[in-house]
Amino acid sequence: MSEYILEMLDIVKEFPGVRALKGVQLKVRPGTVHTLMGENGAGKSTLMKCLIGIHPPTSGKILFRGQEIRYKTTLEAMNSGISMIHQELSPVPERSVCDNVWLGREPRKGLIVDHKKMRQDCIELFNKLGLDLDPDAKMGDLTVAKMQMVEIAKAVSYDSQIVIMDEPTSSLTDAEVEQLFKIIADLKAKNVAIIYISHKMDEIFRISDDITIYRDGEYIATDRAENLNVDKVITLMVGREVTQMFPKVDCPIGETILKVENLSAGRAVKSVSFELHRGEILGMAGLVGAGRTETAEAIFGMRHITGGKIYKDGKELHIKSPEDAIANKIGLLTEDRRGNGIVGLLSIRENTVLANLKAYGFPLNHKQMRTDTEEYIQKLNTKTPSQETPIQNLSGGNQQKVLVGRWLLTNPDILIVDEPTRGIDVGAKAEIHSLITKLAGEGKAIIMISSELPEVMGMSDRIVVMHEGTMTGLVERKDFSSELILKYATTEEAYQPANA
Amino acid sequence: MQKTFDKKKFISQNSIWLVLIALVIIMSGAQPNFFSVSNLTTLLTGEAVKGIMAFGVMFAILSKGIDLTIGASAALVACITASLVQPADYANARFPGMGEKPVILVILVGLLIGAAIGAIYGAIIAYTKIPPFIATLGAQLICRAGAKIFTNRPISNLSEGFRFFGSGRLGGFPVIILVFIIMYIISAFLLTQTRFGKNVYAIGGNDQAARVAGINVEVNLIKVYVWCSLCAAIAGMLLAGRSGSADSANSGLNYELDAIAAATVGGTSHTGGICRVSGVLAGILILGVINNGLVMLKVDDNMTNIVKGLIIVGSVILDMRKNAKRA
Repeated sequence: MSEYILEMLDIVKEFPGVRALKGVQLKVRPGTVHTLMGENGAGKSTLMKCLIGIHPPTSGKILFRGQEIRYKTTLEAMNSGISMIHQELSPVPERSVCDNVWLGREPRKGLIVDHKKMRQDCIELFNKLGLDLDPDAKMGDLTVAKMQMVEIAKAVSYDSQIVIMDEPTSSLTDAEVEQLFKIIADLKAKNVAIIYISHKMDEIFRISDDITIYRDGEYIATDRAENLNVDKVITLMVGREVTQMFPKVDCPIGETILKVENLSAGRAVKSVSFELHRGEILGMAGLVGAGRTETAEAIFGMRHITGGKIYKDGKELHIKSPEDAIANKIGLLTEDRRGNGIVGLLSIRENTVLANLKAYGFPLNHKQMRTDTEEYIQKLNTKTPSQETPIQNLSGGNQQKVLVGRWLLTNPDILIVDEPTRGIDVGAKAEIHSLITKLAGEGKAIIMISSELPEVMGMSDRIVVMHEGTMTGLVERKDFSSELILKYATTEEAYQPANA
Repeated sequence: MQKTFDKKKFISQNSIWLVLIALVIIMSGAQPNFFSVSNLTTLLTGEAVKGIMAFGVMFAILSKGIDLTIGASAALVACITASLVQPADYANARFPGMGEKPVILVILVGLLIGAAIGAIYGAIIAYTKIPPFIATLGAQLICRAGAKIFTNRPISNLSEGFRFFGSGRLGGFPVIILVFIIMYIISAFLLTQTRFGKNVYAIGGNDQAARVAGINVEVNLIKVYVWCSLCAAIAGMLLAGRSGSADSANSGLNYELDAIAAATVGGTSHTGGICRVSGVLAGILILGVINNGLVMLKVDDNMTNIVKGLIIVGSVILDMRKNAKRA
């Protein structure tokens, strides 16, 4: 018996036209948190999909508890003790929490589902994990964080020896992250190995025992976390030194372009007011549920405005739909890339020109579309085999670049970017940051929503802070500090311009 | 980017045409008369009406919807237009003594009625968000009943000019096939060369993303069903012209299902976002070859339907596997 609970050796995975994994390895010790790191497209998720049977590997060897395995379905993997909590959860929203936990393996008395036992087991499971969850609540009514807790409980209920977590904290609040880490510690104590995928350096160094780094489908290194540090990891991940994460360049701030006055949208946005200038990056900070995305949606015509006024260049706007917003030269890069960003089946080209179709005349000028798409593939350094590739085949970072290209093609005066770097890798992140800075330098006005404080503080000229729909603070760059922003983000008191 | 000929890709993209060619070869072998000009003309003439409906309904399917109304709306338009082209001295006419109206005017009336019907249920689908299956099922019942209220017996003795489009010949070539070809070209143009076509692909693929990209989803959905219903109206008028009469109870009955089957065999995905006009054309022809060929081989009607059923289901299984591999 080796010291490892899981060994993946020489794993190769080929997709038509792509070699996603080029013979990589992973060795996991029992009872440890083993973090996988690498830029998007490095192959972390693919490797995990090879393990749990979503994409069986083309070649290579997988040893689990010393025995060679090759799962063909996730059910097989789960039953043998390996479960995965995916980045995008897939609950059945209309059913109860309890139904979701036992989905597909409901305890039965003869032919009839034993609802009583199901509920009893569910409560027991939640108690064991210290989760405050109502088994009778409708899954769809839970917050993303709670849904994730349910998924973790489900994984535990399979008596898993390995639990894979793909970016579990990306939509959790700090308090929820703490709770997750507590659960992880409990699991470790029970000798469960956790394979953890994340881009957040601070949390990785807090919880990891081992770290394995991949790059472009190749294995780079494995080491104990205490032997590594942030700089070392980043260097290994990108294969080069990343000098500046937030390349903020001071550029001249021009006249006011957008004025938002007492903007309200139902209960989500309550009387928000701010001004945006040409060449300015206005950050929006706050905790989950602060109403930042909703404010952006209200400006962009995706959400019904219940009060207040919006002016652009001194003229009042009456935007009723994204179509109107685009006609007024406003763009919105949404936070939900899959939900309302990409059209997965369509090609890079079709996705790039989607918001700009009006510019191609009748009949459509396909040649111009090709030229424009090529231009933005080059400008944004998008990695794709061709323009015809369906966008769903690209990594998250590259999909995001295509969407950025889509908006730049409409030549907006105001670009709102909502969590522009969520879930994308360090390299692409830096590229998107420098691009945003460059756009501001060209005189465009940017509103940048971000839940990452270092990002929003690094990039912005001013920051609007919100709390549960209310604007609670407006901070100038010279006054930026995490403490101040967090103070505003947790206060109930509305911002008073006179005090500023 | 390299542009080499990829044999695998070519076969996978055109597999449906290969199936069609294989079918034609088999049929020609089994029945030498199959591959004759006269028989192929019969085949195309027979499939033109349903084929035009398929060119309509593929837009609905592409947008992640469906249109079950088209058979009934075709019947309604057929009955109304037919009643306008009966001779004045015909005692059994729907409107005795009214006399025939100019064909162009009658066709315009037919198109207008078609467009109006589509606009109504299209707007209901777009703005109430009820499933298109339900909305168009309701519209189907209403249109069929409307046709039966309009006339309870077949409307026949139609003017020569009106029948020209359904049964006339131009330089020896059946006009109905010409109309079919023109409808193919217009559909292909709409789908690939216009903003409307691109919008429908995007709506079918991800309607939320389409909306954020500034596409007016509601207006485009209405256009989809107007187009569907226009195709049905044209099909209805051709049907009346071809058979020389319009029958409120039986004209176009279940044609929507044949049209949906053709679009489906042709690779249009019911989960939205995937459709090629050339594929749908092949789908129409495949079902036509089976209809025609098996009749020639004197195969029992029930057997023919079993074969058609298997082909419809089999083609979707193959398509889904193909699309899953691509993703």
